[in-house]
Amino acid sequence: MKFTWFNLMPWPQLPDDFRQRHRSVWVDIPSSLFDPREAHFVYNRYMDQLEYAEQVGFDGIGVNEHHQNGYGIMPSPNLIAAGLARRTSRAAIAVIGNSIALYNPPIRVAEEFAMLDCISGGRLIAGFPVGTSMDTNYCYGQIPALTRDKYAEAHELIMRAWHEDEIFAFDGKYNQLRYVNCWPKPIQKPNPPIYIPGGGSVETWDFCLDHDYNYSYLSFTGYLRGKLLLDGYWDRVAARGKDESPYRAAFAQTICVGETDEEAEKLYAEHVSYFYNRCLHIYGGFADAPGYRTIKTIKHGAMSAMTEDMQKVFPSLTWKTLNDEGYIIAGSPATVREKMEHLIKGLRVGHVFCLLHVGNMPDDKTRHSTKLFAEKVLPHLRDMWPEWKGDDRWWCKPLENRLHPEENLAAARRDGGLSR
Amino acid sequence: MNARTIETRRGCKVRVLEAGSGAPLVFLHGAGGLFPANPFLEKLAERYRVLAPELPGYGESTGEELLEDMLDFALHGWDVVDALGLEKPHLVGHSMGGMIAAEMACLAPHDLGKLVLAAPAGLWIPEHPIADLFSFLPHEFAQRLFHDRARGEDLLTGGLDLRNMDALIEFYIGNARRLGMAGKILFPIPNRRLSKRIYRLRAPTLLVWGVSDALIPPLYAKRWRELVPQAELAEIGAAGHMVPYEQPDAFVAAITRFVG
Repeated sequence: MKFTWFNLMPWPQLPDDFRQRHRSVWVDIPSSLFDPREAHFVYNRYMDQLEYAEQVGFDGIGVNEHHQNGYGIMPSPNLIAAGLARRTSRAAIAVIGNSIALYNPPIRVAEEFAMLDCISGGRLIAGFPVGTSMDTNYCYGQIPALTRDKYAEAHELIMRAWHEDEIFAFDGKYNQLRYVNCWPKPIQKPNPPIYIPGGGSVETWDFCLDHDYNYSYLSFTGYLRGKLLLDGYWDRVAARGKDESPYRAAFAQTICVGETDEEAEKLYAEHVSYFYNRCLHIYGGFADAPGYRTIKTIKHGAMSAMTEDMQKVFPSLTWKTLNDEGYIIAGSPATVREKMEHLIKGLRVGHVFCLLHVGNMPDDKTRHSTKLFAEKVLPHLRDMWPEWKGDDRWWCKPLENRLHPEENLAAARRDGGLSR
Repeated sequence: MNARTIETRRGCKVRVLEAGSGAPLVFLHGAGGLFPANPFLEKLAERYRVLAPELPGYGESTGEELLEDMLDFALHGWDVVDALGLEKPHLVGHSMGGMIAAEMACLAPHDLGKLVLAAPAGLWIPEHPIADLFSFLPHEFAQRLFHDRARGEDLLTGGLDLRNMDALIEFYIGNARRLGMAGKILFPIPNRRLSKRIYRLRAPTLLVWGVSDALIPPLYAKRWRELVPQAELAEIGAAGHMVPYEQPDAFVAAITRFVG
């Protein structure tokens, strides 16, 4: 099993009446709610936490891309990843990922990911999301019905740029480049491991299987609801005649660990509530631009998780419901371990993205939960797939003789970090 | 009205409603498509040979993947005219259909009779942005598109109860298909630089606008008339953006007065 510590980087100061006063945390969230001076501390704190996760033994540290979003203040995950690459040396750096249809031209992604792979000594995991409708269509203006086509072309261009040694001309529908010449190239050959975050599009499953990419299911509704979707994915894997390595799939889960079940509720309930009440308050009209999802996917029943109906559900969720229905996994190390076993076996996943910072959780609680997970949960979950031991097809392959630049920054590695 | 399916040379299969005799008049529908009942077309058919093609992605018409940008849409319009064997038809376009008709008239200014644009899309005034139709919730459409919201609700849903999950999914699928297609020329801003080409528009032109249009406000008519000096304007009371459906008699009267 591989565990990646993931930080969505939520803005921690959404007001108590955010839900009542504003229609959406995403796309048209008022910019007056963002305070750049405070953001100095927030960004540095979040980056310290990611570095701390490596220190306590997580296999990977993960970042992602959102735009105009109050729960993800990371329009450029590559900037964060570059910072992490200089202050860590063991953990995989999982950028899940760059919305490749949004880069003009997408050769930019091939270049920046190659830079990250070089700086980090071959530790990059490269994610290629289609991107949510909120980010891709409403914030970045891509035409919904053409988004997937543009994504497919961007993917082809990036992979050819990495794989081919000769300069080539690319005559695409969306990109025409006379001299494609990716300089630099990634250390990992033929390319870093590719993860495709999906929200339930059936086409995405086939795309992953066509190329043997990892399928990463990222949702905030937890492992019990995720099972239905991943069952569909594994059916597709079987139908395509592929091996059933659990490392083909990853799942993101919100996790809160306390010394006891009671402590977990006492410490974390308010921050989980902040996340589900304020951070997921998304205007229904932005959930799914018409044409963004294919008709096939809609007929398959994969409506967006951000529909108006879910908007009614999120604020009514109690700590008990969130736990009982698996939105979150919270409790003592023993409780969390048991539920994690259920998640891993039930979904058949070899990678978990651990969302251990939740909503407006302060630094000390985040580190407490992270440390407990690393010390008292993670070791017990290591070998849950003995029959697939050594299957590293979806993990990074760092240089043996890479640098350890963070060792000059000992102070930053102490508990508590440099920033508040 | 009769319906038949034609195939364009590009390969799109297009369902066309047809009725009447006389001078050919092609009606191009808006982003919502044709409704099950279209009384204004029947009234027009008392005087003209009316042909109302459904754009690929709408109703039973297919081949939407063959049309990707404004030029494709405008050429498709002429492909349909050719497949129907029409000579110099009058073009009547509503909303998105008005945008397409205007583009057709700029591409081939001598190939049409008269041009009628009902609340056409295609221009953008930064100080007066057009509402974002692509972020409307299902219940918002009637409110934005009709002067009489309650009647609009009935017309839009065709009697479906959107509180019913199956009905909602059916609406959602149809909406995704139609607006997905419309988005190719309307998303995120319904402006594909028609204003650069509009000097080519020579046809006698009538603009028709509902005075309570809350989607493309009537002040857009002024901008159209600046760009198309020969255009006349007919404003219709008690009508919103869906003027052909809300005031079919007044809409048809304005057209017949202008087209002759």
